[in-house]
Amino acid sequence: MEQRTVTGRAMRAMPLAGLLTGCGGVQSALDPAGFEAEQVARLFWAMLIASGVIWVLVLGLASYAARRRGQPWSQQGASRLIVWAGAVVPTLLLAVLLFYGLRLMPELRAPGGPLRVHVEGEQFWWRVRYHPPGGAPVESANALVLPVGQRVEFSLSTRDVIHSFWVPALGGKMDMIPGRTNRLVLEPTRTGEFRGACAELCGASHALMAFTVRVVEPAEFEAWLAREAAPAAAVEPAAQAGEAAFLANGCGACHSVRGTAARGDIGPDLTHLASRPTIGAGILENSAENRAAFIARVDQIKPSARMPAYGTLPETEIAAIAAWLGTLR
Amino acid sequence: MLIHNRRHANLWTLLAPPAIWAIHFLLCYVAAAIACAKGGGPWVDLTTLRWVILGITIPALGLILVAGQQARRHWGFGTDDPPHDQATDEDRQHFLGYATLLLCALSFVSVIFVAMPAITIADCR
Ligand code: HEC
Ligand SMILES: [Cu+2]
Repeated sequence: MEQRTVTGRAMRAMPLAGLLTGCGGVQSALDPAGFEAEQVARLFWAMLIASGVIWVLVLGLASYAARRRGQPWSQQGASRLIVWAGAVVPTLLLAVLLFYGLRLMPELRAPGGPLRVHVEGEQFWWRVRYHPPGGAPVESANALVLPVGQRVEFSLSTRDVIHSFWVPALGGKMDMIPGRTNRLVLEPTRTGEFRGACAELCGASHALMAFTVRVVEPAEFEAWLAREAAPAAAVEPAAQAGEAAFLANGCGACHSVRGTAARGDIGPDLTHLASRPTIGAGILENSAENRAAFIARVDQIKPSARMPAYGTLPETEIAAIAAWLGTLR
Repeated sequence: MLIHNRRHANLWTLLAPPAIWAIHFLLCYVAAAIACAKGGGPWVDLTTLRWVILGITIPALGLILVAGQQARRHWGFGTDDPPHDQATDEDRQHFLGYATLLLCALSFVSVIFVAMPAITIADCR
């Protein structure tokens, strides 16, 4: 009996819990970790509170009107109420909000620091290229690492369909439009792990097009970038079979693993795949089983992805490739 | 012109204020687009653009005020209460005048809102 009431209460609280989990975590605009997200969250809360006040006033007025049954207002009083509460005050409030929003924009769009990152949306993953000041571009994919406290300028493009680049915890979203390069500046304000997603329906696996964002101290970022720029780690003897199978099965026609014969440019760069927290553009944890499953059944895991499934390969071979990919730190 | 003092209200006098808003809107946006496209680079000096927009906005607001004056006259200066729905010439005039007056108020505010970004604009992005 006691048990039942407790469950019942828990059940009733469920939707509320669902709502509240949306307020925090790795992908919430309400749990900001970036300058722009902070500004927008502040605006959101201010507007929410103001709307609450207006809501209470309107309902109060309605219940007051309902109670004064039988005593109509004078025409003049009613007109005055409509003009002030219905036109003048809303117009002034909108003007204030508009001005506040317009004033925010130049600050949010001020140029970024010397580090530029080019992100290209593809069906259904992210090509990432870091342009460090004075250094050669560094190729990566499906994961971002950013230095905390620095404004980083993103140039966003695509060659297939419209995508939208969005890291809710850091800032607003920006579309990637074929034939255009859009700019976005993000300034992470605290370290941590966050999640970004494609915010524009782009095909069958649109909902499976995400990425991870790791914000770290600038020194750690420099070290990471140097590692990312280096070719793949030397093959451990135990993994040699995996590398051989990878090359023999033509994976290198689409994928690059710098330091090997794999130089493809159709799919994500895999040179440091093992250092990414997820595979398949943010959808699976980066484990040996998941890598093997992705290789064998990508057609089921990610419908319409531009990679053929290799389910016909012997399991041992797939496992060997998955193990080798796990050594690419 | 549409708002040149007309004795009688008609559909054209009704359309004048929103038409002024629409033209003002286009002029502002086209001016900004040209300034940004021809300025070369994101850090164009936008002061000229600001003056141009001010120069379009003040006449637009003035014209809407004139249209509003005329609409008040067509409305009979509010001597008669709405809804002005009798099938008489007078009520038709009052109705059109009143509707135009409200449109003038809306267009006036819209023109100001359209011009407001000129105050804060810092670059072309
Ligand atoms: C026809 C080109 C093509 C071939 C051949 C190909 N892939 Fe892919 N691969 C892709 C594309 C495109 C993606 C991105 C899929 C997505 O997420 O939408 C991908 C994704 C991957 C990923 C996930 C990468 C990440 O960043 O999470 C792995 C791992 C992978 N492929 C391994 C392989 C292996 C192993 C082979 C050979 C057995 C192979 N691929 C053959 C095109 C190809
Ligand atoms: Cu997409």
